[in-house]
Order: sequence, then C-alpha cells, then structure tokens
Amino acid sequence: MDPLRQSPSPSSSRASSPRTFSCERLGYVGIEAVLDQLKIKAMKMGFEFNIMVVGQSGLGKSTMVNTLFKSKIWKSTMPGLRVPMPQTLQLHSVTHVIEENGVKLKLTVTDTPGFGDQINNDKCWDPVLGYINEQYERYLQEEILITRQRHIPDTRVHCCVYFVPPTGHCLRPLDLEFLQRLCRAVNVVPVIARADSLTIEEREAFRHRIQDDLKTHSIEVYPQKSFDEDINDKILNSKIRERIPFAVVGADREHMVNGRCVLGRKTKWGIIEVENMAHCEFPLLRDLLIRSHLQDLKDITHNVHYENYRIIRLKESHALPRGPGWVNLAPTQSPTPTGTRASPGPGKVCRWAEDDSDEDF
Amino acid sequence: MVRLLIDETSSTSLVKMSKQQPAQFINPETPGYVGFANLPNQVHRKSVKKGFEFTLMVVGESGLGKSTLINSLFLTDLYPERVIPGAAEKIERTVQIEASTVEIEERGVKLRLTVVDTPGYGDAINCRDCFKTIICYIDEQFERYLHDESGLNRRHIVDNRVHCCFYFISPFGHGLKPLDVAFMKAIHNKVNIVPVIAKADTLTLKERERLKKRILDEIEEHSIKIYHLPDAESDEDEDFKEQTRLLKASIPFSVVGSNQLIEAKGKKVRGRLYPWGVVEVENPEHNDFLKLRTMLITHMQDLQEVTQDLHYENFRSERLKRGGRKVENEDMNKDQILLEKEAELRRMQEMIARMQAQMQLQLQGGDGDGGVHGHHV
Repeated sequence: MDPLRQSPSPSSSRASSPRTFSCERLGYVGIEAVLDQLKIKAMKMGFEFNIMVVGQSGLGKSTMVNTLFKSKIWKSTMPGLRVPMPQTLQLHSVTHVIEENGVKLKLTVTDTPGFGDQINNDKCWDPVLGYINEQYERYLQEEILITRQRHIPDTRVHCCVYFVPPTGHCLRPLDLEFLQRLCRAVNVVPVIARADSLTIEEREAFRHRIQDDLKTHSIEVYPQKSFDEDINDKILNSKIRERIPFAVVGADREHMVNGRCVLGRKTKWGIIEVENMAHCEFPLLRDLLIRSHLQDLKDITHNVHYENYRIIRLKESHALPRGPGWVNLAPTQSPTPTGTRASPGPGKVCRWAEDDSDEDF
Repeated sequence: MVRLLIDETSSTSLVKMSKQQPAQFINPETPGYVGFANLPNQVHRKSVKKGFEFTLMVVGESGLGKSTLINSLFLTDLYPERVIPGAAEKIERTVQIEASTVEIEERGVKLRLTVVDTPGYGDAINCRDCFKTIICYIDEQFERYLHDESGLNRRHIVDNRVHCCFYFISPFGHGLKPLDVAFMKAIHNKVNIVPVIAKADTLTLKERERLKKRILDEIEEHSIKIYHLPDAESDEDEDFKEQTRLLKASIPFSVVGSNQLIEAKGKKVRGRLYPWGVVEVENPEHNDFLKLRTMLITHMQDLQEVTQDLHYENFRSERLKRGGRKVENEDMNKDQILLEKEAELRRMQEMIARMQAQMQLQLQGGDGDGGVHGHHV
C-alpha cells in the first residue's frame, strides 16, 4: 500500500477529521476515521454492563464486585456480622455509573443472597432463570413496538459469575445442576472463590477436575468454543479456557507491601496480594470481564442468547405477544394462530391485522 | 478419676502429669499409713494393660479437610487409598458411614481409635435426609451396647459407642447454616458435639474472632448443647486452671490440618505452603490445632464418661420405657395407631360376619334338601 499512510496515534481521543491529514494523498480515502467517529459516539452514549453474581453466602461475592470495579458497589458483609439469612432466594440489583478517562459505564450488579443456603435447595435456580428471562422479555417487548425507542435500555444479564466453593474435590451436584441450566441462557464464568484456602498444587488439581466435570456434562462456559469467530479468537480464547475456572481472592482493604500500597488480605503468615498473579488469578478475571471481553460478552448475549429466547417465544405462540402496536410477525403460510376468533384463512392475514388495529384504537 | 498419662513430646503443650508417679512408693512402715493411696497406680497399671477405646465421628460437608485433620491429629494415614469421587458419582450418592479402626501406641499406652466418617453429608441438593443415616448409626451402637450389657457374658463388651463428634463448620459462611443447626439439634442429645471451624487459614484474625462469636451466639440462640469442658477443680495447679480457661475461651476451635513437612525459618514444620507464606499447623498463633489436640487428649476420659453417664443412660431409659417394642415409624402418632386398630377391628368383624353367613348357608343347605320345595310361598 501507500508507504506514506500513517494511522492516527491510538491515544488521541479527538477525532482527526480527514481534512487535517493531507487528504490529498493518493490512495487515501479516510474510511479509518470511522473508528474515531464510533469512539466519540460510544463515549457520548456511555456503556451498559449487567453482571450477576451467584454463589453461596460467604464466598466473597460482594467483595469481588467491589474489587473488580474498585468502588464500593456493595457494602461487603464481613464474616460473623449479623446477616439475616433469607428464607427464599431473592435477587436484588444495584446500579452505579462509574467513570474512567471520560468513559462512562452504567454498571448493574445483581446479587443472589440465599442461593444454596437452605437445607433443601431444590429448584433454587428457578428464580435466577426467571429473572434472566424476564430481562429478555422486557427487551423483546420494547423491540416489537411500532415506535421503538432509539436506544432500548438494556437490562439483560450479560455475564453471570458463578462462585464455586473451594472444596478441592470436584463440582457439587448443586453446581452442576445450576451450570447446566444457566449455560444455555446466559454467559457463565465460573470462578473458584476464596482461593486462598488452596495451595498451588491443590488449585491446579481442583481446576482440572472441574474442567473434566464440565466436559463430561457438556457445560459450555464462557468463552464458548462454538462462538469463536476466527483463528485469532480461537487462540486467545483457548488460552483463557485453559485457566477457567479462575482461582480468585477478593479484597477491598489496602496494605503496604515493600513500599507499595496493594489490595490484599493480611494474615499472620503473610499478605495475600489480590493483583499479584503469583498469588491468585484475579487479574485474569478482571481482564476477561472488563478489559478484553466486555463488548464480546454483550455481543454474544445479544446475538445468541437473546435470539434463542426470541425464537422460543415465537415458536410458543406463533406470534409475538400482543402488546401495544401488536404486529403479527408469523409468516403468511402459518396455520390458525392461537386466539378465540376463527381464522379467516391465510390470505386474509393482513386484513385481520387491520381489524385488530381497529380494535386497539 | 484416673487421668490418662500420655506424655507429650511437644514442649508447648501443658498436659497435666499425675501428681503421683508410679516410681514413688511410700514406705509402708510409716505409722498411720494404710496403703490405699496406691490404688490409683493399680488402676493405672490395669488400664494401661487393657488399653483404651475411643470412637470419634467426623461430620461435615465434603472438602472441609476432615480426613486431613484426622490424619494430622493422630499422626497416621487413616485413608491410604482414598479416591475422591467425581461429580457424576456424587449426584447419586447418599450419606454413608465408614468406620476405620487404628491401634495407636505411645509409651506403652495402647489406644484403639475408631474414626467414623460420613462421606456424602451435605452433598446432595436436598439434604433433608442427610442425617437420618447418621442418627441410625449412633442409635445402633447404643442398641448394641445395651444388648451386650444385658447379655450373659459381659466380660468382653466392645464399646463402639460414639464418644465424640467433631462437627466441621465451613469458614466461608457467616455463621451456622440451616443444615448445621438442624443436624446439631438432632444429635445433641445423643453424642458430645465439638464444633470445629475448618480450613481456618482462609480467615484473618479479626474474621476468625467474629465468626467464633457469631457461632457461639447462634448455638445459644438455638439451644444447642455442645460439649462443655469441665472446669478445673480447685485443687489443681494454676497452670492447669489457666490452660482449661484458655481452652474454654477458644471454642469453637479453628483448625488447619496438614501432614506435609515444610521448611520454615530453618526448621521443618508441618504446614501448608502458600506463595505468600507458610501456615504452621502446630503454631498456636496460626490456628487452634494444638488446643484441639490438647482438649481431646486431656478430656478423652471425660468424653467417655459423659457418653456413658448421660447420653447412653438417656438412650437406655427411653429404650426400656418403650419396652422392647420396636417402633417402626416414629412419625406415627397415637391417633394413627388408633385408626389402624379400628380398621383392623372392622376387618375382623367383617370376616366373622362372612364366616357366619357361610355357616348359615351350610346349615340351610344341610337340611335344605327338602327345603328346596320349601321355598314355595
């Protein structure tokens, strides 16, 4: 190509319009400036990210979220503090807008206190699945309106972080049931919680056993093998897949180590540094969720999981639910749509839609 | 009360040594001396010859380090061929009872230790029936002892009753889980419960204190009867009193188990090697392992006594009150039994009525040879 071409420096946030270049250079069209335009637009709009944390109480979920986003999203509950154990599984979400270098992120974290804490934990995954499907439904309803909003508020869960207790043995039946069901509906990232109770050898053995269990039960966790688009993705994701589940430790207190201020847990025998790769794999989790794969998580949620949900809903009713501005999306050759009125026949579908719209107005 | 003489090689423990050494023998010619002060020595000699039996049950979710702790406590390898089952097998498994016996000898004193493990506890999604197996086992041992005791030959009764139950509490929770509470309430009248916080190296000191306090509060709240160390008697020396006080203040013990030797600060210690440091098992600042061991050893006799005097006697009186009638289903209450009896009665009555009708027919048929004609109205 043209040897004189120069790409704009990556750190410049100002859009360099083609006019500032010597656009009179031969062979230069200026398509690459689209990237800058996208960037400005994205920064203006801000990003949304919805994350759900699932796991038994005391596994450090709240602390992990605080550590991930370096903010006090939740008031992390200390062990031993009087926390009333909820009798049924309740979900509650918290939304924060955090900003870094001009980039705004609207972060919603959904917690699931009471998961797996009862004596009988049968069907404790139902409220979680219900919540996820509810968000899909909400988005679907917005999408099928005639006059849609320009930017549909996205409350769909982009990522579900599942905390596996560090038993050192293998996945428990509860873990397996939950993962099997949820992997089909949402991106699941399993992590080994409170990994400071495992030595390095125990950690590796545990990890391998979990990977074997996941393979045996055909549970596809994020990053899913079937969604790798090209060879680069494959290589990158394979590296990540080797280390899943990450062994993480969360901490929101700072201590002084060798003159540096680090996040960590201080014990009598040493300080566990959260961001030290030799101690735990928290940096890998953070990079996956935020620095490298955040957009990918959202894309897969939108293109795969949401579409699956939509297809199921379509199949269920042969038409989408009748909301305001209901439109019959069923193909014209479809048989009798469900409803109390007798079908006038396939040829009359359009008229039927008109009739209905008369009814609505 | 004879105190067990098990010498501790570790210099940090303060096991009370009996005041009367067997070597010292008071001169029998001293005036006013009868000689029965020598009785404890005789008992001691006999007990040493006989050996001691102790059954310890360990209960807790899998992965809390129970087997490692037992191996560390008794410096043995109780589970040499342990195969950890995979996740698929765990789904089908119910709670099982595995008892392993090992004979340990130290300085001439023999201990026959039985460790009862309960794999599968707390694993299932629905843990409602988790503890039925365990309670059945405990009752079975009591039943067997009662049977032996009431038998003809009482010389060699093998005591397999569970003397102590270590209940492992997960350090990851915020206190006791509903399953913990339910289980402890179900067995606190049958066995001595010693709650233990497992894998204590995940907790900082503050977290540990808070968790201990929370657990004690919850135990009191639910009126769970755990094993209480007996207070030191007033004639004991100050060291022993202080030790007992310390032990009592540390319940529930937060322990770490390991049998691996790690090099730390120039000497070899048992511990766990992490990238950020070494957790020493026998360091009282790191965890309460030594306290747990001390408690178990100095109070082994007391645990056995409480099992015999309290739990076994309770069981025995309940059992004898029931009068040997085997109660199949304890959930059946009196009304149900009454209804069943009434139904049976009715059935009996119906049967009698039928038999009577049959007899009637036969009688009629008997003199009814001419009765056929008798039907003419």
